[in-house]
Amino acid sequence: MTAESNVLLEVKDLHKSFGDTEVLKGIDQQIKKGEVVVVIGPSGSGKSTFLRCLNRLEEPTGGEVIFEGRNICDKGADINLLRQKMGMVFQQFNLFNHLTILENIMIGPKLVKNSSDEEDRAQAMKLLERVGLADKANEYPSRLSGGQKQRIAIVRALAMNPDVMLFDEPTSALDPEMVGEVLAVMRDLADSGMTMVVVTHEMGFAQKVGTRVLFMDEGKVLEQGTPQQIFTAPQHPRTQDFLSKVLNCI
Amino acid sequence: MAEIFVKYYQYFLQGTRTTIVISLITVLMGFLLGCLIALMRLAKNPIANGFAKLYITVLRGTPLLVQLYIVYYQLDFIPYPKVNVWGIALERALPCCIALSLNSAAYVAEVIRAGIQAVDIGQTEAARSIGMTGSQTMLRIVMPQAIKNILPAIGNEFITMIKETSIIQYLGISDLMYNNGIVVTATYNPLPCYYISAIIYLILNLVAGKGVSVFERRLKRSDR
Repeated sequence: MTAESNVLLEVKDLHKSFGDTEVLKGIDQQIKKGEVVVVIGPSGSGKSTFLRCLNRLEEPTGGEVIFEGRNICDKGADINLLRQKMGMVFQQFNLFNHLTILENIMIGPKLVKNSSDEEDRAQAMKLLERVGLADKANEYPSRLSGGQKQRIAIVRALAMNPDVMLFDEPTSALDPEMVGEVLAVMRDLADSGMTMVVVTHEMGFAQKVGTRVLFMDEGKVLEQGTPQQIFTAPQHPRTQDFLSKVLNCI
Repeated sequence: MAEIFVKYYQYFLQGTRTTIVISLITVLMGFLLGCLIALMRLAKNPIANGFAKLYITVLRGTPLLVQLYIVYYQLDFIPYPKVNVWGIALERALPCCIALSLNSAAYVAEVIRAGIQAVDIGQTEAARSIGMTGSQTMLRIVMPQAIKNILPAIGNEFITMIKETSIIQYLGISDLMYNNGIVVTATYNPLPCYYISAIIYLILNLVAGKGVSVFERRLKRSDR
């Protein structure tokens, strides 16, 4: 029972089809509090779809996603309430272009929580300081670099005090020189004990920060284990093939 | 031309007044109705969606003049108020306003739909991912950005509508074009009359266009 109560997010036989194309072919996972689960795999393997099913941005066509004991696919589940506890960071940042940085961060707490304006502002500023962008509070997103936008996007999700953070290829749209600053924030977040699910092509991050690595291909989790196991002794031939391509690209 | 204007300016000014009032009522009603039709067009509900599609198809696919006559005769049971606003008898003017705004709404609806759909879907996803409801997302995130796409085209539609009001002369409403006709008959000198009317329409639309662009610039703050 104690071991089970540690499970934050449970996925049972998850299926997802777009029309006739089955993208997820039955995924079973348990994600415990404090885990940093890194999902790797080739393009089109269903990694992002898997992540987007976790907060129902994609509607699963079969199976269950149980978050903190509630099935989020239930008709009666208050998905908006559950999503407040699941932060998400997107590849394209998706900052609200018509709002300042501070407004971007405060709009979530303001609309869905019962906290005062001053509390929200103080919390937003604290988070901005944590990622080193307090001086940008009153700028609009169009004035920021990609790396800065993504750090703000992380802060915006954190402002809701989520129990888990979902990252959908957070560094794939960045110039190479900006990848580091975003990964540093994510690493800091992981060190603080945040439960994270990260879809990424950053193998270095998977190795150094991940507590568990999932290798996905063709809609299934083919192999999983510690970064040590996956990167030094992959068992499945597809994993071996994939890693040999991404790790020895020169 | 100056002679005619000096002698008959009251006809032109009274006609202009009617044109302004009818344009304002039409543009406002057309915009509100257009918003409603656009929301129905974007709704998932098949009845709302189907109705909006049918509405747009019919109203865009038939001539405004035909619509004007149909509305005028079809809705003659409505007890329009017998009052005068700024010297304009609403009892005669309102059926025209209804017909024109029903027509305008079809175009406005398409403009709004396109403007909303042009906002990146990522904005919606980000809003939903922090727990906003569908309507909060539409109101706080999508609409404020869509309005920037919508406004220039809406401005066009407004200007078109101001010009199209000239069609109501066929129902004997004494708008600018109707009074223009009176002056033509009185003077037997049509050309200067039409020049005067053209200049008045141009001034009205310059003012309307200026208003829209001022509003547009205010919304551009976040694009710097």
